[in-house]
Amino acid sequence: MSAFFTARSIVIGALLVFLALLPVYVVATGQFFPLTLFTRIVILALAATSLNLILGYGGMVSFGHAAYLGLGGYVVGILAKEGITSGFVQWPLAIAASVLFGLVVGALCLRARGVYFIMITLAFAQMIYYVAVGLDRYGGDDGLTIYRRSQFAGLIDLSGKVQFYYLCLALLIAAIFIVSRLVDSRFGMVIQGSRSNDRRMRAIGFPTFRYRLAGFVIAGMMCGLAGALLANHTDFISPAVMHWTRSGDLIVMIVLGGMGSLFGPLIGAVTLLMLEEGLSRVTEYWQIIVGPLLLFIVVYARGGIAGALAGLHRG
Amino acid sequence: MLLLLEQCLNGLQFGLLLFLLAAGLTLVFGIMDLVNLAHGSFYMVGAYFAATFVALTGSFVLGAMLALAATLLVGMAVELIAIRKLYGRDHLDHVLGTFGLILFFNELVRLIWGPAGMNLPLPPYLSGSIEILPDVYYPVYRIAIIAAALAVALLLYLVVMRTRVGMLIRAGASNREMVGALGINIQLLYTFVFGVGAALAGLAGLIEAPILTAQIGMGENILIVALVVIIIGGIGSIRGAFMAAIFVGLADTVGRAFLPELFRLVMTPAAASALAPALSSMLIYLLMAIVLVLRPQGLFPVDRK
Repeated sequence: MSAFFTARSIVIGALLVFLALLPVYVVATGQFFPLTLFTRIVILALAATSLNLILGYGGMVSFGHAAYLGLGGYVVGILAKEGITSGFVQWPLAIAASVLFGLVVGALCLRARGVYFIMITLAFAQMIYYVAVGLDRYGGDDGLTIYRRSQFAGLIDLSGKVQFYYLCLALLIAAIFIVSRLVDSRFGMVIQGSRSNDRRMRAIGFPTFRYRLAGFVIAGMMCGLAGALLANHTDFISPAVMHWTRSGDLIVMIVLGGMGSLFGPLIGAVTLLMLEEGLSRVTEYWQIIVGPLLLFIVVYARGGIAGALAGLHRG
Repeated sequence: MLLLLEQCLNGLQFGLLLFLLAAGLTLVFGIMDLVNLAHGSFYMVGAYFAATFVALTGSFVLGAMLALAATLLVGMAVELIAIRKLYGRDHLDHVLGTFGLILFFNELVRLIWGPAGMNLPLPPYLSGSIEILPDVYYPVYRIAIIAAALAVALLLYLVVMRTRVGMLIRAGASNREMVGALGINIQLLYTFVFGVGAALAGLAGLIEAPILTAQIGMGENILIVALVVIIIGGIGSIRGAFMAAIFVGLADTVGRAFLPELFRLVMTPAAASALAPALSSMLIYLLMAIVLVLRPQGLFPVDRK
């Protein structure tokens, strides 16, 4: 971090400028597709950022993080269906539901370590997936269309594409800022210390379980908000949002961008979804390229893109 | 009562199917310490191979044999090309790398066989039902599945407990480094075990193909159930996988069949019909969570000294 103009900071800066100016281009050309795509990217980057807090910094490989995307989304969807469209009710409830879920699941999961932790978080995500499948009144397997986006009493109109995009972007930046403050705080240090050596942290007197649980809940909270955004973005919510492969996608974004780096999840989300978009235009079978690419990154480029950029400078 | 019997047989059949999947998974997990999410892909590949070979040869048994051999080869090739690089790495790396393999296999299957599923027609001698008790009919094919899977389980047990290869496998599950240090070609053993695990998954896939048709992504949901099985059974333990598979198979099937009835006894029919399906789908995950909280090493852990 000594030099300001490292390859990494240039890429991140360029990306942020691009994200901030994208609506200008879109409004100028009248081509709204890129904005829709990037709204989705920004929302998923928010979800990945939240996961990065516990996965990248805390070493907690949660394989059920997409559950919160669904949870937040379903709170919005169910309330909308029952006639409560106010965002001032919907969003806090979405966050509250995520906190509650995170507390219960975290309290149980954080007893487990390593691969057991991966599996038990997955199990809880599967449970809530099947709860959603069983919600016959709210569409069950087919999902639920949301006819009215969250209303904010005229403060902001989520149906306005540009407004909605900027709201998502602002929330993403806020989340990255919060994560950066958390990570550098005493709280973040404890979590990172616990990743390296939990026993030692406890030996020197930190009740790490509480710290890790708090981290787990904060991550869930942010992702629940991302879920509420995603439901508003697609005007639709279905169990597919929390399929376990979606949780896998979030992990992929983080590792692709660089684990435990602030902007890694954003870079990863942009890369993965652009790759998807770009390759799917070249060939219908784009995953045949993405799959092995992923394996290649895991085997040969552990630090992801952020790590490669940092390495460029070092080497 | 008869319904219960039938559901128990169905549960047994599902459990044995899960065992075929879980056996390979737990061996690979126990010996190579590798989380293989792509195990479900072998299940899918086995089903597609079977559908193809049975159509080509015109014989169900011959086609199934060819499909097994082909899946074995695919499994060994995957181990040689990709999996080998992941040994000794973080579990997160395994999850990601094999997640990449799932994407690859799903697309490969779509590329080769097209997006539509494939049917695997049963030969006449396996279709129809027979009378297992007076006035109780049960499909022949399901009985054949139970018999075949039990035979495979027995064979696996004999190989693992009574042969030299099996001894190495067991030794590998309890202490990998020591096996290598004693001059065993551990790489070869790994490739072999991985291939056999893949073939077992392929067998499960080809068994399911006539019932559910071969389709893309068919391995993804059942893989998670197989993971539940090996976690409940204890990672690396074949015996544990067997017990847990039967247990999970029965709990899932019987739960789905009888929970709605049970719920109707204590609540209104509307609430019961809303709650029961969700709860019965959750049941096995609930079981796993309970096992993990109470006995994190699984019910039948392998002794690691």
